[in-house]
Parts: sequence; C-alpha cells; structure tokens
Amino acid sequence: MATLEIRDLHVSVDTESGTKEILRGVDLTVRAGETHAVMGPNGSGKSTLAYAIAGHPKYTVTQGSLTLDGEDLLTMSVDERARAGLFLAMQYPVEVPGVTVSSFLRTAKAAVDGEPPKLRTWVKEVREAMDRLRMDPAFAERNVNEGFSGGEKKRHEILQMELLRPKLAVLDETDSGLDVDALRVVSEGVNRVVSAGQTGVLLITHYTRILRYIQPQFVHVFVDGRFVEHGGPELADRLEAEGYDRFLAPTASA
Amino acid sequence: MPLLETTHHRHGDAPYVPDQSRAERLTSFEPADFGSPTGREEEWRFTPVDRLRALFRDEPTGLCLDWDQHLPEGVTVSGVPVEQWRQAGLPQPGDRAAAVAAARSGGVGVIDIRAGAELAEPVRITLSGAEGQLVHGHLWLRVGANARATVVLDHTGLADYSEVLTVSVGDGAALSLVTLQRWDDASTHLAQHDVVVGRDASARHIAVTLGGGVVRLNTNATYAGPGGSFEALGVYFADEGQHLEHRSFVDHSAPRCSSDVLYKGALQGDGAHTVWVGDVLIRAAAEGTKTYELNRNLLLSEGARADSVPNLEIETGQIEGAGHASASGRFDDEQLFYLMARGIPHDQARRLVVRGFFADVVGRIGVPDVEAEVMAAVEAELARSEAAGGVEAAQ
Repeated sequence: MATLEIRDLHVSVDTESGTKEILRGVDLTVRAGETHAVMGPNGSGKSTLAYAIAGHPKYTVTQGSLTLDGEDLLTMSVDERARAGLFLAMQYPVEVPGVTVSSFLRTAKAAVDGEPPKLRTWVKEVREAMDRLRMDPAFAERNVNEGFSGGEKKRHEILQMELLRPKLAVLDETDSGLDVDALRVVSEGVNRVVSAGQTGVLLITHYTRILRYIQPQFVHVFVDGRFVEHGGPELADRLEAEGYDRFLAPTASA
Repeated sequence: MPLLETTHHRHGDAPYVPDQSRAERLTSFEPADFGSPTGREEEWRFTPVDRLRALFRDEPTGLCLDWDQHLPEGVTVSGVPVEQWRQAGLPQPGDRAAAVAAARSGGVGVIDIRAGAELAEPVRITLSGAEGQLVHGHLWLRVGANARATVVLDHTGLADYSEVLTVSVGDGAALSLVTLQRWDDASTHLAQHDVVVGRDASARHIAVTLGGGVVRLNTNATYAGPGGSFEALGVYFADEGQHLEHRSFVDHSAPRCSSDVLYKGALQGDGAHTVWVGDVLIRAAAEGTKTYELNRNLLLSEGARADSVPNLEIETGQIEGAGHASASGRFDDEQLFYLMARGIPHDQARRLVVRGFFADVVGRIGVPDVEAEVMAAVEAELARSEAAGGVEAAQ
C-alpha cells in the first residue's frame, strides 16, 4: 500500500533579507485510501509544505527525509517525483498559452505511465472524467488554464488527478475561490479518487467549509512551520467553532 | 508571462535630429543620396553595421545566388531592365543597402502571376549561396488582378545578400508571400520588401527568420486604392551571436484599408539579439483605417536581448481602430514547474512551452507545408540547445 512518510522535515527559502526557515520539523504519514486535512492560519507554511513535497526549486530542504513507498523523493527532480506517483493540485494553476488541455493531458499521461495512452480508450476516459466534473467537452480544446475561471482551474486540477491516478495527492487550497456548486463537484472528484483505495490525499486548507463535502479521517493543525495538534474529524469542528486563536503565540492576543 | 521592460527610443551618443514623421524618411534610387550608415542613425541604431560594410559598397559584384524554382500553371519568370522597374511608379529604396542592391543587381527578376489565376499550389523559389559570395538581388513579384496565390521564397546557404523585392498586388487579388531565412550562421542578409496593395486586394507577408549571422528585413506596405488589407506575420529564433532584425512600416494613405502586424520571437544564448520596429502611419486621407500591431519575445536564457519598438502616427480621427502592444518576457519557470509536476521531463516541457508560444502565429501562416517546416525548425533549435547543455535543468 502506497505510503508517504515525512520525517523531521526542515525547509528554508532564500529571501532578500537572507535565508528563512519556514518548515521547522514536520512529521506525517499518509497511506493510500486515507484523507488527511492540514489546517492552519495564513502564513503558517502550509503551501510551503505542499511545494516542498512536489520539489519546487524555490524551497531548500535542510534537514529530514521524504519518502514515497520507501523511495527517497528528495533526490528526485520535480518530474521524477510525479512519475513516482506524486501529484500536486495547485492553488494557482499556471497558464500555458498555445498548449491545449487535451494535448497536455495526453502528454502528462504518457509521461506518468511511461507509454502513450491507447487512443480510443483514452478519449473515452477523458470525456467521462470531464463529464463527471461537469466540464464542457469544448474545454479540451482550450489552452491550459488560459482564461479559465477560478472554478474551471480547480476542476481542471482534479480532472488531472483523476486521470493520472497518483499514489499520493497534495491538494493545496483547492477550495479557495470556489462557489458552493463548484466546491461540491470538486469534492465529489476527490472522494471518488480516495474511495478507489489507491490514493492517499493530503488536503491543505484554511477553511473548514470543504470538510462538509470531504470527510478526512485525520485532521492536523499546522502553525508556524510545524504540526501543533493531531486529531480526528472532531478537531475540525472545534476549529470551526474556535478558530486558530488558541494556537497562536500569546503576543498575538496581548 | 512576466513583463520585462520594453526598450523605447534608446538614443545614440551623437546629436541626432529625428524626422518629424516616418513619412519624411528619405527614399531614392541613387546610392549616393545615402551616406554609409554609422550605427548612430535612428534606423540603424540597433544594427551591427560593422558586420555589413560590404553590403553598403556601391559596386557590382556580378555574382548571384543559385536559383531553384517550382512554378505552378499560371506563373512565369522573366527579367526586365532596372530602368523599367524605376519607371513603374513603385516605392523607392529606403536606405543605402537597398539603393545599392537595386542599382547594381544587373536586372530585375520578375515573377508574374496571371490575372485571375487561382494557383493550385504554392510558387516555390529557393535561393542559395555556397561560397559566401556578395550578391545584390532584385525581384519583382507581380500578382495580376483577382489572382489568388501563395509564394514561398526560401533563402539558404552561405552568402552576403542584399535584396530589394517589390510586390505589386493587383486589384482584388489575394497573395500570401512567405520569406524563409534559413541561412548558415555566417551569412548576412539585408532586405527591403515593398508590398503595394491594390484596391480591395489582400496581401500577407510572412517572414520566418531562423538562420543567418545578421539578418535585417524591412517590410513596407502601401495601398494603391481603398479597401485593401495587409497582414504581416513574423517568426524568428535567435541563437548565440545572431542578430535578427525585422522592421515593418505600414503607410495608410487610402481610405478603408486594414493592417495587422504580428511578430513573435524566441532568443537563447549569449549575444542573441532581436529587434522589432513596427511603424504605422495613418495619413489624413486614410479614413476608416483599422490597424493593430503586436510583438512578443520569449527570452529563453540569460545574455539575450530583445528590442521592441512600436510607433503609431495618426493624422485623422476618422478611423475604425488603431492599437499596438509589445512585451518581452523571460521563459517562465512556473510554467515549467507546472508541466514537470505532471511528470513531463524538463526538455519536453520546455519544448511544449515554446511550441505553445509560437502556435498562434505559425497557425496563421496558412500554408500547411510551411507551418510544419517552421515548427520542425523551432524544435531543431531547441534540441540543439539541449544537446549543447545550454539549459540548466530545474532541480
């Protein structure tokens, strides 16, 4: 069974005023079929965790380990990590002018599988997946993320996740900027992937709203670059009622 | 794409009095009317004139390029004396190199497309140099009234070539002219292309510049009557040490004409330099004009430089629309990260982004063979830089 293990992960970033440590010792294990919610206030380093796992060159791992099924992800390039089974649904998906969604999806699928998908079944598979996410078929001929609404971008991210079938998917604030209908459609997509049992999900979010549609088995509170509390779904309810205040430094309330 | 600064009006160190209007720039059949460029003149300030001295010298060489032609039914090739071309009331040379080329070529090569002809396939003419010879070229493409034609001029090999090409597009005709610059990297090429658009005619000038050490292509459009349309497309890819320069000047003097200019370029390697200068003049008589021009540059590495200067002069308020845009940006690491995070290897992701950048302009060429050739040539440029290890893989 696919397992992501994060051990004592420290990550820093170069800024104009010098090197700054953002992740300060993160430990977490996510297995296929599990959904973990990572919740925390703005600026706590949640997105850094997502991008560090994916291997974004801006972030430097200074300490700790990161493995997927025992394989060391830290020695892999971004594309190698994706081919090893990692997927990052981005908060701000990037426009790629002149590259159509259908061409992009086929290229990505071929890269991840190591061989081009069989044309006939692939076209059908894409169409059905788009249909489930209530995406217009004309969408496939548009350029990647160009002129997409916020909701379209997030559906497109989930579409990729469904088609690429990763072992471990990190969803970085996938709920941000979505109206209720889009939130439901996107959540259904995530639930389908998890219930297939082959994928573990790390759901990074600021708000509890998405947790009405996606039930995590594990909830983790992330503050100032590390986890400060672990629990089950009830932790999310408590956060919704009380907010993050009790986790913040005393100076914040002084 | 993040926007970088666009260079406008960089002045040389010598005092220089600019023309009040693009319309005032000198044109003449006589080489002696033009001084030899120093590089301080407005129209030469971006160009490495020292590498072009031989092309400014006013003397014949008696040499020509190797000429290979494929002419469909309805097309003939002949020659006329320079004097006949001079008497035809056509645009005159606009700089010394063009004046020398027109005066010293020894005759004008004429390509005639019969009035009313609808060509089944493109006219293809391949001009190639072999020994780096200095050549003055002079061509006149005459498209008869209501004809429909595509003409592809392909420049290859090793030469120092200065060229004047006059294109007369008859009333109601439709022409697509593709000029491919696929020279060896030691070649130089200066060109003045004048397109005269007939009444209700439509003319398209498509420049694809991939090879050559210094290439400078001036494309001018004028209108012989109302209702004409002119489209200028450009695709260029500059490598280390290459200087690729494209200038266009659309002179709107007739009413209800349109022009649309789109040039896109990529640059990689130390000293790769591209220049685009797009001038549009809408004269008082040109009521109902519609014009747009756009230049985009994609810088794939450090050490490359793209200059981009749009100029728009409008002498009447009675127009349908006029606009321009210009932007040069670095290759976007976030695009690369996005594609690689989907498992796509670095080099393939980079090719996807560059191919995507050129997709719209190449798709507008409208000659399937040429579109495929251009895309293949762009891929080859990228493959070359990958093989040379010129690009660092993102880790």
